[in-house]
Amino acid sequence: MSRTRGSNQALALAQGLGWFSIALGVAEVLAPHRITRATGLHGHERLISSYGVREIVTGIGLLTAKDPTPWVWGRVGGDALDLGTLAAGVAGPERERSGIAFLMTLGIAALDVACALALRRPLPAAMASFRRRSGLPKPPGAMRGAASDFVVPADFRTPEALRPLNEKAG
Amino acid sequence: MRALCWHGKQDIRCDTVPDPKIEHPRDAIIKVTSCAICGSDLHLYDGFMPGMENGDIMGHETMGIVEEVGSEVTNLKKGDRVVIPFTIFCGECDQCRRGNFSVCERSNRNKSLADKVFGHTTAGLFGYTHLTGGYPGGQAEYLRVPFADKTHIKVPLGVPDETLLFLSDIFPTGWQAAVQCDIQRDDTVAIWGCGPVGQFAIRSALLLGAKQVIAIDRVPERLAMAEAGGATTIDFSKESVVERLNELTRGKGPEKCIDCVGLEAHATATIDSMYDRAKQAVMLETDRPHVLREMMYVCRPAGVLSIPGVYGGLLDKVPFGMAMNKGLTFRMGQTHVNRWTDDLLKRIEMGQIDPSFVITHTVGLQDGPGMYKTFRDKQDGCIKVVLKP
Ligand SMILES: NC(=O)c1ccc[n+]([C@@H]2O[C@H](COP(=O)([O-])OP(=O)(O)OC[C@H]3O[C@@H](n4cnc5c(N)ncnc54)[C@H](O)[C@@H]3O)[C@@H](O)[C@H]2O)c1
Ligand SMILES: [Zn+2]
Ligand SMILES: [Zn+2]
Repeated sequence: MSRTRGSNQALALAQGLGWFSIALGVAEVLAPHRITRATGLHGHERLISSYGVREIVTGIGLLTAKDPTPWVWGRVGGDALDLGTLAAGVAGPERERSGIAFLMTLGIAALDVACALALRRPLPAAMASFRRRSGLPKPPGAMRGAASDFVVPADFRTPEALRPLNEKAG
Repeated sequence: MRALCWHGKQDIRCDTVPDPKIEHPRDAIIKVTSCAICGSDLHLYDGFMPGMENGDIMGHETMGIVEEVGSEVTNLKKGDRVVIPFTIFCGECDQCRRGNFSVCERSNRNKSLADKVFGHTTAGLFGYTHLTGGYPGGQAEYLRVPFADKTHIKVPLGVPDETLLFLSDIFPTGWQAAVQCDIQRDDTVAIWGCGPVGQFAIRSALLLGAKQVIAIDRVPERLAMAEAGGATTIDFSKESVVERLNELTRGKGPEKCIDCVGLEAHATATIDSMYDRAKQAVMLETDRPHVLREMMYVCRPAGVLSIPGVYGGLLDKVPFGMAMNKGLTFRMGQTHVNRWTDDLLKRIEMGQIDPSFVITHTVGLQDGPGMYKTFRDKQDGCIKVVLKP
């Protein structure tokens, strides 16, 4: 299925998010304790590694899918999970670190949502321009039958069957 | 010279290849100024059309300046500006004398192969399968035109390439599709597919006086362009095509139906198209005749099905009994381009239509391979790509 929509910028942003997902995912899988330290989530290393796997899968999806839209929404779902986990951190002992990470993730989530929406919307400005591409010198209504001087060759006359008997040729 | 060459499924490359030479006294060599990518090229790109060979030069919508002519080409000279029709024709055989140029009996140099596969040969085509001659195509800097004394459309200087180029294929193809319907003033014409061919079929049906033109697709920008051409639109991903068509024709169905989609019809939510996709996936079948089935079903009895959309081979689960009992007329074929082009050129010059409306992308030859993908995937609002060698 090829339902890719959206401007080149939206597609490029989705690609960028794909690489970001992979980079973050690899870090989370390979060095979970560094991540937990930075985000104030001590003791949650296994959870973070599993989030890393999720990020990598999403990243590959974003980079390879014909239509990245569902994968961008997948990122939004992942953001919600991350935010939930960080919110729990804010209630814990290292609230400052978790709080900063929470705000950063919120910003990224906003970017993800914006990207998903931009992909869904079929270019409003461009759409208006397609509506102007008639190729005709006047509005279509005024062009109806403009070529009726054209004589359909005998070998192209086909719908006699649909014509009332008294109007049929021959 | 540089040319876009086929190297297998979804593998088009901009290669350097030998320049074409005059091989026959009726040949001409054209220096290409503009060429385009067609929906038919996508069937080759996607590997649905048998008979392609590694290195084949693509392209059959081409125009340019005559560079050199063979000794028997007396009606062209160096410097003439020509559009080259995608169908090569001799102008003298039984079929050509009847105006059936796309089934010329002499221009297919692989006639014996085609005779075996099709029962009888059809015309030679540029940049297409070896079943139709395997002639090098025009997505290149130069093109050899066989039977050049016939296979050309002379065009005036002073009109931009963009306005004239589509006389090579999609404008006459949309036109012939509408002409095949022999449109009457109270006809409803339903057109499946709002690609370039569909866009020209829509405008042709309007110009030929159809009361109502209905266009079916699911790509928003293509539907918007269809509306610009005077069509009422149906988005098949959102609504039932059959229900809407019946609504718009007081339950009677359209008198005339045009298939501008062909063998790569997209699966809709209907069971039959899922079935086609599944069979295709396991290589049991090539064509997906979903649109054909839908047309047969919804068309008014005694109506006409006009089929410019290309089919490759065997079609499965086609409700022929229904079509027989409804007394439908089928008209189809590759376009007899030159049969219509004098008249269409006149209409362009009169200002009835400017075919350049359909162009969304113009790039150099080296960017052609990427554009095949953009066009096929309908990315970036792509509807028609013009290449400038
Ligand atoms: N007979 C000829 O001489 C001739 C000449 C040129 C092109 N063609 C053929 O015409 C066809 C269209 O060419 P194009 O350049 O416009 O190609 P295209 O691929 O750009 O257009 C096909 C359109 O059909 C739409 N579509 C797919 N499934 C559909 C469905 N189930 N219902 C309605 N619409 C559907 C697609 O969204 C697309 O917009 C191709 O098969 C091409 O090979 C024939
Ligand atoms: Zn074509
Ligand atoms: Zn001939």
